[in-house]
Amino acid sequence: MELKSKCPTGPIETRWEKHRFDLKLVNPANKRKYNVIVVGSGLAGGSASATLAELGYNVKCFCFQDSPRRAHSIAAQGGINAAKNYQNDGDSIYRLFYDTVKGGDFRARESNVYRLAQISVNIIDQCVAQGVPFAREYGGALTNRSFGGAQVSRTFYARGQTGQQLLIGAYQALERQIGLGKVKMYPRTEMLDVIVIDGKARGIVVRNLVNGKVESHLADAVVLGTGGYGNVFYLSTNAKGSNCTAIWRAYKRGAAMANPCFTQIHPTCIPVSGDYQSKLTLMSESLRNDGRIWVPRKKGDKRPPGQIPDEERDYYLERRYPSFGNLVPRDVASRAAKAVCDEGRGVGTGLGVYLDFADAVKRLGKQGVKERYSNLFEMYERITGENPYEVPMRIYPAIHYTMGGLWVDYNLMTSVPGLYAIGEANFSDHGANRLGASALMQGLADGYFVLPYTIGDYLANTKLEKIDETHPAVTDAEANVARQTKRFLEIKGKRTVASFHRELGKIVWDECGMARNEAGLKRAIARIPELREEFWKNVSILGSGEELNQSLENAGRVADFLEFGELMCVDALHRNESCGGHFREEYQTPDGEAMRNDDAYSYAAAWEFAGPGKAPILNKEPLSFEYVHPSQRSYK
Amino acid sequence: MKLTLHIWRQKSAGEPGKMIPYSVEANEHMSFLEMLDVLNEDLVEKGEEPVAFDHDCREGICGSCGFMINGIAHGPQPSTTVCQLHMRHFKNGDVLYLEPWRARAFPVVRDLVVDRSAFDRIIAAGGFISASAGSAPDGNAIPIPKKYSDRAMDAAACIGCGACVAACPNAAAALFTGAKISHLGILPQGQPERLERALNMVAQVKTEMFGSCTNIGECEAVCPKDIKLEVIARMNRDYLRACWTNRGDVSRDDGI
Repeated sequence: MELKSKCPTGPIETRWEKHRFDLKLVNPANKRKYNVIVVGSGLAGGSASATLAELGYNVKCFCFQDSPRRAHSIAAQGGINAAKNYQNDGDSIYRLFYDTVKGGDFRARESNVYRLAQISVNIIDQCVAQGVPFAREYGGALTNRSFGGAQVSRTFYARGQTGQQLLIGAYQALERQIGLGKVKMYPRTEMLDVIVIDGKARGIVVRNLVNGKVESHLADAVVLGTGGYGNVFYLSTNAKGSNCTAIWRAYKRGAAMANPCFTQIHPTCIPVSGDYQSKLTLMSESLRNDGRIWVPRKKGDKRPPGQIPDEERDYYLERRYPSFGNLVPRDVASRAAKAVCDEGRGVGTGLGVYLDFADAVKRLGKQGVKERYSNLFEMYERITGENPYEVPMRIYPAIHYTMGGLWVDYNLMTSVPGLYAIGEANFSDHGANRLGASALMQGLADGYFVLPYTIGDYLANTKLEKIDETHPAVTDAEANVARQTKRFLEIKGKRTVASFHRELGKIVWDECGMARNEAGLKRAIARIPELREEFWKNVSILGSGEELNQSLENAGRVADFLEFGELMCVDALHRNESCGGHFREEYQTPDGEAMRNDDAYSYAAAWEFAGPGKAPILNKEPLSFEYVHPSQRSYK
Repeated sequence: MKLTLHIWRQKSAGEPGKMIPYSVEANEHMSFLEMLDVLNEDLVEKGEEPVAFDHDCREGICGSCGFMINGIAHGPQPSTTVCQLHMRHFKNGDVLYLEPWRARAFPVVRDLVVDRSAFDRIIAAGGFISASAGSAPDGNAIPIPKKYSDRAMDAAACIGCGACVAACPNAAAALFTGAKISHLGILPQGQPERLERALNMVAQVKTEMFGSCTNIGECEAVCPKDIKLEVIARMNRDYLRACWTNRGDVSRDDGI
């Protein structure tokens, strides 16, 4: 497979502008002749659907939830970055670009990241115009806070519900287009296959989750905004429904999967409390602005936190990284937490560290802290029964975001022509580690300001044959989907879908989680196919395929995770270096920091499906750095 | 702790449903939905079909979950969605009745799952600011006093779960609709379409067969996001003003 990134050349400041001029346009009267399918209705899918419809395209948008407003983007808490420099603290587009490339540990494309930083300013304007109630100063101007991996305040926020407010903005824009008849919305509908005809994506096969009907939808281009694959770990901060099915089935139809081992562990989540645990809850990174992270100096110190005097506490992030302190990037903070817990200094169950607001309450007063974080504090108390104004929070890292995803070129097109991937579903902008408040930025950049331009170039340049539902590629894909449903229902085994998912999650968390090594990854690669085999022999799915059947929905998703998990471990095993969220124990500096190998691994690993039972084929897209020169990341 | 659950089981919209008793073993650290997960795994192992319920983020923000626990929407803890309700608020031997939202506009899909698409259609009727991508001025071009943006945010916190409708004896959607009308109507960006928005959204509420608001206040009591009744007052004010000043040129005006 040949990977053409299609990145423009020339001075980085003008690349996107030049590229936009080079893109062919579809004239306004012709746009209404094109049909575009968008799968997913989160920040990326929702904003793309709305914007494409505003431009005049006919859009069909699909989501598995009961309403497009439920997409998991809604759960993002802390904020969205933009290089507005409203705080006059030295921020600029170049600095956001620089921070993102460095934060990503030099595994992202410079051209993409620069474009993202440029567009960030338009996103804020767009969201304000839609009525997103961002936090403001008394004088009426927008306010900002700082986030991990940056020394400027460039994060815009709406209390601790920024993702919700941005998504509601995109959702309202989408509903407006639904009301105008330009978007046809299909809620409670799950995409189960991509239809590829003459090498081009021409539609999707879906299952109506209420009545089980399998049907096809055809179009001139297909866009996947279906989010990340964090739930391969079973316990993650992702919503329960978040899954990799759309991107995995696209992979099986020829779209390359890039860097699946780049997964992000978020340092501030509520620790696990028992086996029945169904998911983990994130406590926004913004808390690290005012909370101080510590563990006892002594191993096994079981005293309540209030009784441990300051000199017997180890504020390990402030100690190890004096210049960034508690605001080091997520991968660094997570590994540091693991290190102190591995030393036996963890608190609570032993897998936890304190996030303490006592100093913040002294400095800002309880009211001041409440204004910034009230909803997060309430959520913490609801879940744990402890009051964080009085007792420090206990936190531990958890899977939160996945930087890997479908390989896309500068136009966000996958290796299948006409098939696009946007938002977390693609691999493009965050390299090996994403900075806080950049996921919302990327989702909306792709949906509002990148895809709507680039998709026109494909449509204007491509001659598409007329097809209908009787085309053999369509009927084959439908038959495949129906066959899988039938197969699930015929197994009639003994174990629940969730029990397989939990077991898979434990394997990948132990062997391909915060720290990885060759022996462990090989164990996982041997174990996952065995588990998969047992799944297909012994899973129990009751009911029928012609009704709302949540076990059946989950079975399809877990079946895909059981294949995806293996590829993730294969990718982690092949990458003999540590970078960002991918930490191989064999490759670290003497003081325990990640050690990259730029000579051998400065590339995006794009895996190509070679057929069932065959080893995937590795394709490499080399990365070059003309502006931000790769260096050992230092936050000291 | 051992609990007895009486759960509404209904195979599909067209079939009759009934309450079925189950017994389940829970512990106090579980969330309510995790307790239902445990019940469902037990059921599957026994060869019985699991209980269907909507849920997704389990962080109280997506608005997917929600059902009645002993007649209270989202259960006994105030300002809390059912996914954030923890079992420490219950005790051994409790008997709980779980039912789906009951409202004509929210038909049951299966068990505890209902169809809330009427809410989406209310938003599509006018719950937006028409600002197409690309047309926005600088974010700081219009200063917005902090108290306005805070009040808009209070209303915008609505998660569209439907508890307000389920709790209302009239099955009215006034709190939901009022929250959106308030969120957008308080902000300067929302002024151009403010009156038209009130007319169109209220007309859609009627079309969907939600009941009328009679200021009972159950909606505010069960709202997991603490949306205040004042949003209904704002909606009524905008709607009344729109009716007085409307010259009949609003496309969806149905003569009310």
